[in-house]
Amino acid sequence: MAENEERLRRTMMFVPGNNPAMVKDAGIYGADSIMFDLEDSVSLPEKDAARLLVYEALQTQDYGDAEMVVRVNGQDTPFYDNDVKAMVKAGIDVIRLPKAESTEMVQKLDADIAAAEKQFGREAGSTHLMAAIESAKGVLQAANIAAASDRMIGIALSAEDYTTDMKTHRYPDGRELEFARNMVLHAARAAGVAAFDTVFTNMDDTEGFYRETEYIHQLGFDGKSLVNPRQIPMVNKVYEPTEAEIKNARNVINAIQEAKLKGSGVISMNGQMVDRPVVLRAQRVMKLAKASNLVDEEGNYLEK
Amino acid sequence: MKSKVNRELPDELMNQLNYKPFETTEIGHPEIQRVAPKVHVSTGDDKVVDSIKQVVVDTVKDGMTISFHHHFRNGDFVFNQVMRVIIDAGIKNLTLAPSSLTGVMNDMVIEAIKAGTITNITSSGMRGSLGDFVSHGGLKNPVIFRSHGNRARAIEHGDIKIDVAFLGVPSADRLGNANGMEGNAVFGSLGYALMDAQYADQVVLLTDNIVDYPNTPASIKQTQVDYVVKVDKVGDPDKIGSGATRFTKDPKELKIASMVNDVITHSPYFKDGFSFQTGSGGAALAVTRYLRQSMIDNQIKASFALGGITKPTTDLLNEGLVKKVMDVQDFDKGAADSMHTNGNQQEIDASWYADPDNKGAMVDQLDVVILSALEIDTKFNVNVMTGSDGVIRGAIGGHQDAATGKLTIISAPLVRGRIATVVPDVTTVVTPGDSVDVLVTEFGIAINPKRTDLIAVLSNIPGLPVYKIEDLQKMAEKRVGTPKPLEFTDRTVALIEYRDGTVIDTVKEVKD
Repeated sequence: MAENEERLRRTMMFVPGNNPAMVKDAGIYGADSIMFDLEDSVSLPEKDAARLLVYEALQTQDYGDAEMVVRVNGQDTPFYDNDVKAMVKAGIDVIRLPKAESTEMVQKLDADIAAAEKQFGREAGSTHLMAAIESAKGVLQAANIAAASDRMIGIALSAEDYTTDMKTHRYPDGRELEFARNMVLHAARAAGVAAFDTVFTNMDDTEGFYRETEYIHQLGFDGKSLVNPRQIPMVNKVYEPTEAEIKNARNVINAIQEAKLKGSGVISMNGQMVDRPVVLRAQRVMKLAKASNLVDEEGNYLEK
Repeated sequence: MKSKVNRELPDELMNQLNYKPFETTEIGHPEIQRVAPKVHVSTGDDKVVDSIKQVVVDTVKDGMTISFHHHFRNGDFVFNQVMRVIIDAGIKNLTLAPSSLTGVMNDMVIEAIKAGTITNITSSGMRGSLGDFVSHGGLKNPVIFRSHGNRARAIEHGDIKIDVAFLGVPSADRLGNANGMEGNAVFGSLGYALMDAQYADQVVLLTDNIVDYPNTPASIKQTQVDYVVKVDKVGDPDKIGSGATRFTKDPKELKIASMVNDVITHSPYFKDGFSFQTGSGGAALAVTRYLRQSMIDNQIKASFALGGITKPTTDLLNEGLVKKVMDVQDFDKGAADSMHTNGNQQEIDASWYADPDNKGAMVDQLDVVILSALEIDTKFNVNVMTGSDGVIRGAIGGHQDAATGKLTIISAPLVRGRIATVVPDVTTVVTPGDSVDVLVTEFGIAINPKRTDLIAVLSNIPGLPVYKIEDLQKMAEKRVGTPKPLEFTDRTVALIEYRDGTVIDTVKEVKD
């Protein structure tokens, strides 16, 4: 499992790797993660051009604090090797493996990344990876895939290919994805990595988007893959903690500091002991609150 | 000599044309003498004529100044019909003084220049082939660019003395009572043309729709009109609208618009009874949408919206969020129709709108204005006239005038494609940085250091990064690199007046 597991990953924005304007502007929308795609959104004749474009963009453009992800072409394609090498050389944060179905596939990517890091003088282990689950086989192997590499930061459900594999298609209520979502989520949590929900492509159905996002938020997903930057503020809104949650979390954090000052190993709040899950939840709430601009630097709740 | 924005102005030309360099955005309280037009006395029963040719022969002589309005925009059928006749009549040395020039007029203007028919031009702007032609030295005398408010000022002063105004209208009666609201090719407010109707020595209306006398409401009045010419068609209604009435789905425009809205709503001007001007274009319309929601959320109503009007603004009027719309031109049919049906949408002329030499213009009462920019520099000077190639491709419009609003926001992307918008020095200074307060880009905002009050209130808004404009400029340069400097000859092809009639900058002939 890779470091910085507590990083916020509410939004992973897909950006076609062959579109210079979109690649250039990808940093301005406040996505937690930006995923340049070299795979499905790039046609065969443009594979090399897209790889070069993304490589140059990673060298020259400022994407702020966003986690930079690249979806490489599959291991069964002639583009995979060059994709991995170029992206490691460019210093990408995360390489996303499409259509992951086995431990071996992840281990192959891990080894290829390690070789590339050595070849291009990158720090060993500095390149992370993630896997997209896009088939019945992948769903059933999710737990193994999620735990297959120390570089792993998360796994993502990709519903378009998955529903095709399942001989169905996507429905507004999402019931066809229930099993897969829960498998991916449990696999991620068991391995201690992030879980990303699939994209929602109908930009005109705002209500449906909110319904789905609220649902996956309730399940416990870290966030959602997105096809349009306009969806970013909508996801962030769903992930915003409430005022009561923030104030409670603030009290927990204060109690931790108080305990530290006293040199006490036991944290107590209102006379009750605060245990580890409560502390973790409080820290996550404060992180979300800060990212949602709901608290100031000191963690005080900002009235709207 | 130099203007206060540090632009070298050609002494010889300045002296020859009796110009002073731009000094300050402050207008002060000078005493002004206005001019009055000649009146050819008539009872009004003989105004209707069928032939443009006859009117041209009767009115236009060599060396005169003629004018048109641009309310039909790219649906204009009037300009080309009239100019055709004037060129064919062999008339020479005219000064063309329209409120602005639109794309459909370009070829005819170029032909008229080549024929010697037009030797001088003053306009709000020009684009396309005409801008290219002028920037390559196609017109001997420099074009004089004036804002809408400045044109009104210049007409009132006599700096522009219109001999004959040719004004297309969608409806008029036989004596010349006319409006822009009824007929086939309606455009709503006649705001810019009202100046010509009031001050031209001879006023020729052209219409495809002569209605029963008396035509009301009358924007142009029979007391001002000499001729009414019946033509087949004055305009194409489908091309009058600017086509920008659909809300943008461009995420970058939406992002900028939402940040503009943040600046407005966190400013001290956002309170009940405030006033605003948003202009047209995708981002401006999106601002209107965000502003609408903020006004509802905060229970704030605006006293008036000003300037060029679009349907989203008249929707606010109908919703009761804006009490009055002060309308100098309409950008779409929705806004034009609304002027007809809503008594709270007031047609205003260009002088009332924006003339600095006035007993108070609407822009002087304006709280918040959102304007665009082709370039803005680290002194906050704005260029809306020349492109990255140095070629004329824009219009001042109401830019300089509305920028006198209390909170002037420039909304522009940091870079467009491979071209930086935020630059060390703009190619052409149109609006001086002294009248610009905040720049909003997709990366963050920059506040004019002179506005310490705004720096205090806008600096800690969550999700609204504040940069020094020099830093935004460097960010732009880092992204797109440093362009090779443009090359110009020494020849001046255009003068940019500030709204007070001084010269703020010039445009030089491009070197190819």
